Amino acid sequence: MVRDGLFNDGDPPALLGTRCAACGSVHFPRADACTYCATEDPEPIELSRRGTLWAWTAVTAPPPGYKGEVPFGVGVVELPEGVRVITRLTESDPAALVEGQAMELRIVPLHRDEEGNDVVTYAFAPA
Amino acid sequence: MTGVTVAGVGLHPFGRFDGVSTTDMGVVAVRAALGEAGIGKGDFQAAFCGTAYGGVATGHKVLSRLGMTGMPIVDVEAGCASGGAALMLAAAAIRAGQYDTVLVFGTEKMPRGIIRSSFFEPWQEEAGLAATPAFFGLRAQRLCLTSGVTKEHLAQVVVKNRRHGASNPDAMYQKETTVEAVLGSRVVCDPLHLFMLCSPNEGAAALVLRRADLARSGVTLAAAVLRSHIPGSVLSESTPLAGLAADEVPAPTTLAATDAYEAAGLGPSDLHVVECQDTDAARELGSCEELGLCEPGGSAALLDSGATTLGGRLPVNPSGGLLSKGEPLGASALGQVVELVRQLRGECGPRQVEGARVALSHTVGRGANAGVVILTR
Repeated sequence: MVRDGLFNDGDPPALLGTRCAACGSVHFPRADACTYCATEDPEPIELSRRGTLWAWTAVTAPPPGYKGEVPFGVGVVELPEGVRVITRLTESDPAALVEGQAMELRIVPLHRDEEGNDVVTYAFAPA
Repeated sequence: MTGVTVAGVGLHPFGRFDGVSTTDMGVVAVRAALGEAGIGKGDFQAAFCGTAYGGVATGHKVLSRLGMTGMPIVDVEAGCASGGAALMLAAAAIRAGQYDTVLVFGTEKMPRGIIRSSFFEPWQEEAGLAATPAFFGLRAQRLCLTSGVTKEHLAQVVVKNRRHGASNPDAMYQKETTVEAVLGSRVVCDPLHLFMLCSPNEGAAALVLRRADLARSGVTLAAAVLRSHIPGSVLSESTPLAGLAADEVPAPTTLAATDAYEAAGLGPSDLHVVECQDTDAARELGSCEELGLCEPGGSAALLDSGATTLGGRLPVNPSGGLLSKGEPLGASALGQVVELVRQLRGECGPRQVEGARVALSHTVGRGANAGVVILTR
């Protein structure tokens, strides 16, 4: 897992967020204090696995610190909680995607670490 | 409140200069600005230096080389708006009566290639979520979806700015380009092609600010504002991992512009020339909307009208913009201000905006930080 606390990789997987008890805003990743109203200790929640595509592109050259394959998709998926999430996409051809299409959470491999373990992260795939 | 005048400006050209250090470039720009202002050692009471990659005591190293230390020297980092932040602090100190004369400069040597930013956590890099051009691409795509901007519009921005830059001897690229060449360059992050992205590079810029009643003449600094973001916009320069499903969160640029217009007692319709953040071609169009140069969604029509081209109603980036000059983070905002001071003085030759008396500069970058400066003559 690329970083603990971002998502659970069970079946089904889920992104881990928080919801503010005062203003109802939803945060990802989990926040210590509401980024919108500064109320402390928002409630831990799991975010919806399905959403709709809001923006997308593909990265064609490896950015600094990245050890995986290129090209890879990056986009924004809107979830029913009223939150837009920056995410990898399993689709790296921008022409194959359309605004508003249904997307679903996946856990995908990034690369293999020095000990031979697959490092995984969250991504969204066309549903 | 005391007015603030720009008493002198100086520049080290923007480009790639092997064997020339961050300090070397800062010395060139500072010497030129002090020379124009006709001042030297002991004549300014503070110095603010914008830099993001310069390292510890960048400003001190420049002023030590010139034998001019002893006063407060403060390095200022605010991403792409570092120089704007330095200018805001210097102007505020003069307005408050703390100092009469302040040196403001910025100097930078950027690493080559896609900018590696310490802003991101290691896991974001590992996951491929620290690719700066991807965020530019996503923002560009949203602009295309909401403002009727096409890839041809994006290419036209590059063609315009490179045409302007062709007569700027301080620009990195001084050669015109064509829509075909821009669209023929490789796709970096759709819809952005390589030529639609500015090059991180090297350079320095400097200004001497002075209490207006002490200056013989000069350009007036009517406003120098810095704002950070209000959370909620997923594609804001604050580069969050999530935002609200809401489109009405004001951009940091809009916040800074609103404050600057109010401070100067001016509005967008009073402007004669603008230098704005064009880190990528879509960013210039988005900046035009966020600065109120056109209605929201109106940037493609503004470009199509020719208004933002030299000779048009409101030339944007007559220097060639960052697309021609490249972007040395700590120096880029002050480089814009140097250009606008020269425009207001009528010194810009083939790229002169005739009769320019009111000018606005704008930078926005990681943080988010947005800086807006208004100058008048």
